[in-house]
Amino acid sequence: MIELSQTQPGRAVAPVGRSNAGSALLGFHSLLMYLFLYAPIVVLVVFSFTTDSFGVRWTGFTLQWYERLFADNRLMGAAMNTLTVALISTLVATTIGTMLALAMERYRFRMRGGLEALLYLPIVIPEIVMALALLAFFAFSFGIIDALTGSRPTMGLGTVIISHIAFTISFVVVVVRTSLKGFDMRLEEAAQDLGANEWNTFRHITLPLILPGIIGGALLGFTISLDDFIITFFTTGPGVSLLPVEVYGQVKRAITPKINALSTIMLLLSISLVFLSQFLQRRR
Amino acid sequence: MVVLYSFATPGPTGRVEWTFTLDNYIRLFGETLYVNASLRSIWVGLLTTLICLIIGYPLALFIVRQPARWRAALLFLILIPFWTNFLVRTYAWMIILSNNGVINTMLQSIGLPRQILYPSEGAVLIGLIYGELPFMVLPLYAALDRFDFTLMEAASDLGANRWRAFLRVMLPLSLPGIVAGSVLVFIPTVGQFVVSDLLGGAKVDYLGNLLQRLFTRSNPPNWPLGSAMAIVFMAILTIVILLYYRTTLEERR
Repeated sequence: MIELSQTQPGRAVAPVGRSNAGSALLGFHSLLMYLFLYAPIVVLVVFSFTTDSFGVRWTGFTLQWYERLFADNRLMGAAMNTLTVALISTLVATTIGTMLALAMERYRFRMRGGLEALLYLPIVIPEIVMALALLAFFAFSFGIIDALTGSRPTMGLGTVIISHIAFTISFVVVVVRTSLKGFDMRLEEAAQDLGANEWNTFRHITLPLILPGIIGGALLGFTISLDDFIITFFTTGPGVSLLPVEVYGQVKRAITPKINALSTIMLLLSISLVFLSQFLQRRR
Repeated sequence: MVVLYSFATPGPTGRVEWTFTLDNYIRLFGETLYVNASLRSIWVGLLTTLICLIIGYPLALFIVRQPARWRAALLFLILIPFWTNFLVRTYAWMIILSNNGVINTMLQSIGLPRQILYPSEGAVLIGLIYGELPFMVLPLYAALDRFDFTLMEAASDLGANRWRAFLRVMLPLSLPGIVAGSVLVFIPTVGQFVVSDLLGGAKVDYLGNLLQRLFTRSNPPNWPLGSAMAIVFMAILTIVILLYYRTTLEERR
């Protein structure tokens, strides 16, 4: 995460130039940039309420697209699948990610540098390469399973969940490690001096203290999993529909106000998750 | 998991027939379709990176110069779109640029003829810049936040004009941010296929689109060729990133 409020004491916030024209220009440019960033979002939300059946013009207010959206069994089923995938993969990724973060912060072990590089790989490499690697991995290992047992597993929710776990772990580790950076190890020593065993120390001292970081990591993982399209697209199987893939298919054909409504809901969900995770991280 | 990933990367040998061959690589470098798509992707990636840098730098500078309270809020406003669904944000541009969309309505209301804004190459570029801008602004902000602005005054006291002070003092000192931002923008842009598919109408091939087709859509899918392409793609990216770091290290010396 980016630290939002790092104020450096003693740093002079001297304005660059003396000319006001320059500052005004800078401010005007920034205003335009914020407009550029938010105009599409506003347009999308506004046009989810339009009566225009192409969903690109304002012709009057209606809620009918939301009604039709909730009546659309195909899209609702896809939404349920996406939520299931996000929930399961977040739970698993958060558990493994927290353990990895703890191990990496505390212990020096062989290959630690290598593990670190491997962990950050999914964040750095292009998503499409990660997706293709996962696809190839599934095909390859399914081939082996087929040869050994005579039955070939199929791509579907299972493969999507495994893939989501694989790439959200990295993000969880990054966030949890940040929260471990400020952790006072003497608290653990104190607990053990007072007779607590390792489990009790973890349960009553470590866990409560790093919990905001863990929740922050989990929320980030959840948001990323919900929003992911590329990896989902490559690792899903026939007959299993997930929301982003479904939206992509419909959007490729035409703009429909129903998708405007769906996008608005997805936007709201992501934005509230971001606010929640920021709030939790700042409280620590 | 990532260990499994690296272990699973398929080599140039076929998935169906496990015999060693270099034909895939020869095809990649021999057929204009693949060479052109790769070059086009790299070109669009560079263009997107450059434009993001040009419009992102003043924005980061503006935020850094605000009072501390405002800085956090302004930065957070940049973060929000970055966490929302990429597909949804690209879709929003389809609405804006469509034939009866916002821009064309505005054009008509001031008496100008309608333009076909999408699908087009320009629309792809706008979509990419829109999607990647936060990745440029955040590292730039981090770099400029560490910059000591009294240095600018020192430079002007020594007789440099503002432009010269900017070029010789501020720009070199914020170079780490520029490099980080550029790499963060360039990498996803070269591999993308969603934006060019939706906003470009899939009329022109980009590297990402070819990869996607080779693996899922072409009949039958050509995995060995696709894998070879992915490996060449990763190699190109690695070289670009290494070059980037090399040049910036040398400039610093």
